[in-house]
Amino acid sequence: MQDDDFILNRLADAVNRQERLVWRGRHLNTVFLLERGTDAYLITVAAGRIQAVRQGPFVMPRWQFALRASAEDWAQFWRPLPPPGYHDLMALVKFRRLRAEGDLYPLMSNLLYFKDVLACPRAEGAPS
Amino acid sequence: MNPQQANPHPAVFEPIIGRYLHLTLGGRAHRVYVEEAGSGIPLLCLHTAGADTRQYRAVMNDPRILQTFRVIAFDLPWHGKSSPPEGWQQETYRLTSEDYAQAIIAVADAMALDKPLVMGCSIGGRIVLHLALEHAHRFGGAIGLQSGAHVDPYYDLEWLNRPDVHGGEVCAGIVSGLVGPGSPDNHRWETLWHYMQSGPGVFKGDLHFYTADGDIRDRVAGIDTRRCPLWLLTGEYDYSCTPQDTEFLAGRIAGSHWQIMEGMGHFPMSEDPDRFLAYLRPVLAQAAEARLRE
Repeated sequence: MQDDDFILNRLADAVNRQERLVWRGRHLNTVFLLERGTDAYLITVAAGRIQAVRQGPFVMPRWQFALRASAEDWAQFWRPLPPPGYHDLMALVKFRRLRAEGDLYPLMSNLLYFKDVLACPRAEGAPS
Repeated sequence: MNPQQANPHPAVFEPIIGRYLHLTLGGRAHRVYVEEAGSGIPLLCLHTAGADTRQYRAVMNDPRILQTFRVIAFDLPWHGKSSPPEGWQQETYRLTSEDYAQAIIAVADAMALDKPLVMGCSIGGRIVLHLALEHAHRFGGAIGLQSGAHVDPYYDLEWLNRPDVHGGEVCAGIVSGLVGPGSPDNHRWETLWHYMQSGPGVFKGDLHFYTADGDIRDRVAGIDTRRCPLWLLTGEYDYSCTPQDTEFLAGRIAGSHWQIMEGMGHFPMSEDPDRFLAYLRPVLAQAAEARLRE
């Protein structure tokens, strides 16, 4: 159900109300694609604030980088206490569960920011 | 009123004493920072890639350990308070197995350490395998923290050293998930701070040893634990050197002892010192006994 969709409905507020997190991303402006199985989201970041989250399917999406993983792997990642190997973006990458594609400069130059942004559903309780 | 009574946190010195050691490594003059605490059996501690001796602050402040052990740690050249050699600006730092082992032995010799126990984490956990294999007679035993025989790089290491990405931010970003999720926040961020302070390209240069030059998979079975006893402690949440990597070692090195540390990550001594010390103290007691028997 769309109301339960954390990424679509609650991610922006969960990030934007964290003053220090927004500050950490203050030099960041980008659009990235988050893929969770067959669900896709285009997320616009402006000066560290989540400005917009749009849900696919998209006809001609434009993004700077994409993060793609299965719905099952994101669900593990977003558990309050994720099991080893699912507890961090780089852990997902190491075990080939997460693919990072495209121009990775915004991701790698703001890695601590993105780790905290994408961990938000963990604290808030995302649908599994 | 006595101001000491009013202050619940009066200023105190730790027992750790630091000094600078001048020595020659690879034919070049070096200034190396060494610190120590306690007295007794020498225990030489090796920090992780891109970090420094501060990772061992809890081991070097543990009264029970300091009663029996002279705990020594040094910053590898280029790290912490050890300088890079003169002319560093004209070269790219890359740690090799040979340079690493020779630096450890040179420091042990300079301090006249007799059969020290050697304990290292990550790259330090790897080099103790090299030391146990090739220099067993020099050491009273080896303790590998987050020890694996080899790690394939799982990201483009070039991100760690480029002028358009803040080195401190990206190094801490890369390793932040290697801290166990349950480790206390104060120690997590202290550990990351160390990574934020590393010089440009130093972490990347260490990973040359970790991901390429230091591969010891084909040779670990040759470690003779009767000559150099070996203990392996690995954190459950480490995805760089995984519990499976340590299990691989234990399956090939006859007589090695190993244990997985529940809830911990890649930096046990730094990320959750109290929990780590509970694992370490019994190992140190065993290592001290084994050293006496030799």
